[in-house]
Amino acid sequence: MLKTTPLNAVHLAAGARMVDFGGWDMPVHYGSQIEEHHAVRQNCGLFDVSHMLIVDIEGSGSRSFLRHVLANDVEKLKIPGKALYTCMLDGNGGVIDDLIVYFFREDFFRLVVNAGTAEKDIRWLTQLADRGQFAVHVTPQRDRALLAIQGPNAREIFWKAFPEAKANTENLMPFSAALAAGMMVARTGYTGEDGFEIAFAADRAEDVWKKLVAAGARPAGLGARDTLRLEAGMNLYGQDMDESVSPLDAGLAWTVDLKTDRAFVGRPALEKEGSSNEFLGLVLTDKGGVLRGHQKVLAPEGEGEVTSGTFSPTLSQSIALARLPRGTKPGDTVHVQVRDKALAARVVKPPFVRNGKSLV
Amino acid sequence: MNIPKDLRYTESHEWLKRETDGTYTVGITDHAQEQLGDIVFVEAPKAGRKVASGEAIGVVESVKAASDIYAPVAGEIVAANAELTGTPEKVNTDAYGAWMFRIKPDNAGDVDKLLDAAAYEKSANA
Repeated sequence: MLKTTPLNAVHLAAGARMVDFGGWDMPVHYGSQIEEHHAVRQNCGLFDVSHMLIVDIEGSGSRSFLRHVLANDVEKLKIPGKALYTCMLDGNGGVIDDLIVYFFREDFFRLVVNAGTAEKDIRWLTQLADRGQFAVHVTPQRDRALLAIQGPNAREIFWKAFPEAKANTENLMPFSAALAAGMMVARTGYTGEDGFEIAFAADRAEDVWKKLVAAGARPAGLGARDTLRLEAGMNLYGQDMDESVSPLDAGLAWTVDLKTDRAFVGRPALEKEGSSNEFLGLVLTDKGGVLRGHQKVLAPEGEGEVTSGTFSPTLSQSIALARLPRGTKPGDTVHVQVRDKALAARVVKPPFVRNGKSLV
Repeated sequence: MNIPKDLRYTESHEWLKRETDGTYTVGITDHAQEQLGDIVFVEAPKAGRKVASGEAIGVVESVKAASDIYAPVAGEIVAANAELTGTPEKVNTDAYGAWMFRIKPDNAGDVDKLLDAAAYEKSANA
């Protein structure tokens, strides 16, 4: 039996095509994935991401606990509402999950974790908390709805629907959150566009969704979310990294804070292993197919692998993220094995698209 | 689900239309294009190729995934629709107009063994 979000009936009524997404019955599109993609780039799209899980970390030991558990350093979070993107590693330096951590008070931090890893994350966090070294409680908040409203006009449309939230959110800096209109409103996202991610009580989900649609947000499915995030050069857990890959090999070295002598889970393994490849973008220059995960890449320095690939609606070309042999650099030409052909692709530094504009 | 009565179908979602010269025009069904989503690449088999029934001879790729096109019967490919290379999205807007290839069956009787519209509807809904 698939799990459903509080908006399941709304999606069905809107004619969404539903798919099994890691055990959740989720909308992949509402008619055209490409049109929904363009709507986000050009105006405003609305995603139901309630399958993701909020996990609250409470107690006086919250900050020290998270400094131990997370690869990025929550010591960077000084101002209430500020957020940080980070990986949570296992003892081997593999990625258990990637997540956003929000700081609200010294005794209250909030994590938003992936749907497919949520149970594993809670077990891991609880196990570490139960060792008793830190005064913390780990509390999953399952009765919340989560929406992402994204695009150049997303903030205006949100304020049109919730004018009472404007005063508290109009000066919100990127990667910061505020409490407004009974919601947590964060200026974060996964599309390379401006916008908000909002969390609130599940029983308000239909009402909030309908208000945002009435104000001009177009429902967009997880299909568009994937092409948007890939254009934005953002990693997807399970494709671009997982427990078998260290963040250093998944283009996430920038999220691993090694500047202090902080002892966090996975650090000794990362320092011992280092990084064994380059993680870069590809733009397919030959015609003959679409780049997809697991395709082999033939580079002058050796072999690599596409970790996630798709057709980019903004660029009208196929693009991919790939692990490539050491020494491969932007500007190089490599070949990707697509069925029986080796197609030429140009190596680029992600992101491919930012704020609607091509960067490659 | 749009399933024209005058065509033949395969369980792998190809349609066949009989031409006056005894060849068959082949494409993928409306149901198939809907399942695939936005189509961004089509590779049809080249004219002159001899194919076996059920052989994977082409590819349709949507934003989501790649999907093989199969030879509905044994025979020879006599034409390919080059237009789809530049406008693969036509398969989404007009599945029965956006043909992919024409095939001359080795045995004309093979086509009669394929699904009719009613049987295809049942198969696609299964």
